[in-house]
Amino acid sequence: MEIFEKHIKPKSGLFELNLTELWEYRDLIYMYVKRDFVTFYKQTILGPLWFVIQPILTTIMFMFVFGNLAGLSTDGIPQPLFYFSGIILWNYFSDCLTRNSKIFIENQAVFGKVYFPRLVVPISITISNLVRFLIQFIIFTIVYFYYFFSSGSLICPNIYATLLPLLVILTAGLSLGFGIIFSSLTTKYRDLNFLLQFGIQLWMYVTPIIYPLNSIPANKQWMIALNPMTSVVETFKYAVIGQGVFSWIYLLYSFVFMIILLLTGIVIFNKVEKGFMDTV
Amino acid sequence: MTNVAIKIENVSKQYRLGVVSTGTLSHDLKRWWATSVMGKEDPYLKIGEANDRATKGTSEYVWALKDINLEIEKGDIVGIIGKNGAGKSTLLKLLSRVTKPTTGSIKYNGRIASLLEVGTGFHPEMTGRENIFMNGAIMGMSRAEISDKLDMIIDFAGIERYIDTPVKRYSSGMTVRLGFSIAAHLEPDILVVDEVLAVGDAEFQKKAIGKMQDVSKGGGRTVLFVSHNMAAVKSLCKTGILLANGSVDKIDNVENIISLYYGKSKAISSNLNDRSDRTGAGNFRYTSIFMYDKYDKSIVEIISGEYVKFVIDYRNKIEDIDPAKFIWGILIKDFYEHVIIGYSSIDTGLKLLQISDEGQIIIEIPKMLLRGGKYYVRLFASYKDSTPENFEDVIDNAFTFDVLQGDYWNTGVINRAANEAIVEFNIYSK
Repeated sequence: MEIFEKHIKPKSGLFELNLTELWEYRDLIYMYVKRDFVTFYKQTILGPLWFVIQPILTTIMFMFVFGNLAGLSTDGIPQPLFYFSGIILWNYFSDCLTRNSKIFIENQAVFGKVYFPRLVVPISITISNLVRFLIQFIIFTIVYFYYFFSSGSLICPNIYATLLPLLVILTAGLSLGFGIIFSSLTTKYRDLNFLLQFGIQLWMYVTPIIYPLNSIPANKQWMIALNPMTSVVETFKYAVIGQGVFSWIYLLYSFVFMIILLLTGIVIFNKVEKGFMDTV
Repeated sequence: MTNVAIKIENVSKQYRLGVVSTGTLSHDLKRWWATSVMGKEDPYLKIGEANDRATKGTSEYVWALKDINLEIEKGDIVGIIGKNGAGKSTLLKLLSRVTKPTTGSIKYNGRIASLLEVGTGFHPEMTGRENIFMNGAIMGMSRAEISDKLDMIIDFAGIERYIDTPVKRYSSGMTVRLGFSIAAHLEPDILVVDEVLAVGDAEFQKKAIGKMQDVSKGGGRTVLFVSHNMAAVKSLCKTGILLANGSVDKIDNVENIISLYYGKSKAISSNLNDRSDRTGAGNFRYTSIFMYDKYDKSIVEIISGEYVKFVIDYRNKIEDIDPAKFIWGILIKDFYEHVIIGYSSIDTGLKLLQISDEGQIIIEIPKMLLRGGKYYVRLFASYKDSTPENFEDVIDNAFTFDVLQGDYWNTGVINRAANEAIVEFNIYSK
């Protein structure tokens, strides 16, 4: 009787997440992340500076439009700090989500020729965007300390700043989860791609990026908090600046949301990755 | 210890034809209703037709592969051949896990590396060196492994000078060289190769085939090779698998399989009137071709070195034809489509002296010095010049004949050593 260790069959189990295999391909994750950075600033003059130019310009634009023209409140936080903190978190979320949602369509050429655990791609996208986020976060810290020393009274960081890593994990997990679900479904139904394209723009407006959650009447705040990104952004502002809404319930909600989302995402992704070449 | 490297059991693959998006949702819902709610079989698996490309089917589902059962031995080099659409690429796709089978299973040990394309994942902006790491990682190599073999890879590809230049500046040949070189250093247990050697120059193709043979001989690794290049299949593979319409037609040693394949794909008759596989304006047409031996007996088989006469009938409708402007040609090709002998009025300067409305062209070959094998005759005729718009008649496989290895030197020994050709010679000793 022959013994075979590998088996290709039509269907696989619901949670057949082969982590050992994923670990074997860790060098590929590294190469994908590296490729993102190597190719990003080839043939550019400003190079890696582009990572920070974009959020800075967006902050300036938000200050002008929402802060000055529309006169939206920033909860007493200096405008640059308020917008910049929201923008870098939101950018991480939306860039990651957008890129993850196109995995299958953009990588057809490679996926059609070689097998490797497809989860390598969304993971590497999430990591590579994380590195960008960290670079932007450094700029944020510089702005932050400027305001901290010039108008120290307003800015009171607190113990909740220790939650920062959790907030990053939440953002990464949510964008990864939503991304792989969207990318799995768009292989067959391209409509979702259009939905996501403008959906993600609208999504920003139900996240407290350009307004503080406080400016919403207290009895309606829960509606905005249904958005799992709300607590992430609010907690971030509350932890480092001391202004905003902090609620363990909202945070727990986001966390549970992320776990369920990731599990669902992996199930759908696993199901799609094996046969998507026939439908894409 | 088992000797089977890959075991394929009842593997089938169904594809849906037409535009995939139309009606996808309704089919999905019906499928879901039947399998998940009612607990029945998938309704769409029962339908489906054999994959015959040319005939219009009634079902929009076809079986690209149907009930494939194969056992491939360890260390074997297997050539998979078949017409376009026979299911070769689908089989390779299943083996390389790019897509899943509809039914059945494939079992194997070790690592399968698939080379359905070379340079998968190459990024044009990255240098050759960076791409070696990228592509190697995609193929499943670790960074340490790649670093170890980096020099060998660059050396094998022969592009050292360009290694730190972005790949977008490479010629297509150089890209293939680099891509193949990486794949050749993979050291998988099972190597799956599609027709990737088509690009790249002859020297490199030879090197690549040699490398693949090393892979199988050296480490007892198994190679599966799909190609239309019969010369490559024959020189590389031991076993052949002939696929037809999604099923395994025959498994045998590679030479028998290639003969079978050629026998199938080329229907030969010496009457050329009814042949539809011809091109040209048709004002001048060849109507039949026969081969005769020295006793004027019609034959289809000769012994190497014998007298042969081709008699070709024609019909001409070109008015006031000027024989000086008429171009005739006869090519003899071997098994692998290599032209071995070419006679034509262009090369030889020998024009026909007269052309009537119906007539014959007779070509005598006193000694047909061909080695043993199957040969094909191509006929062509054109008027005024040999540009395609002036072609009158071109028939690719007008005639087939076999050459048997003979005792050309009259020594009582069949010329086993006769290789590409037999050439008359004198020998002296001092």
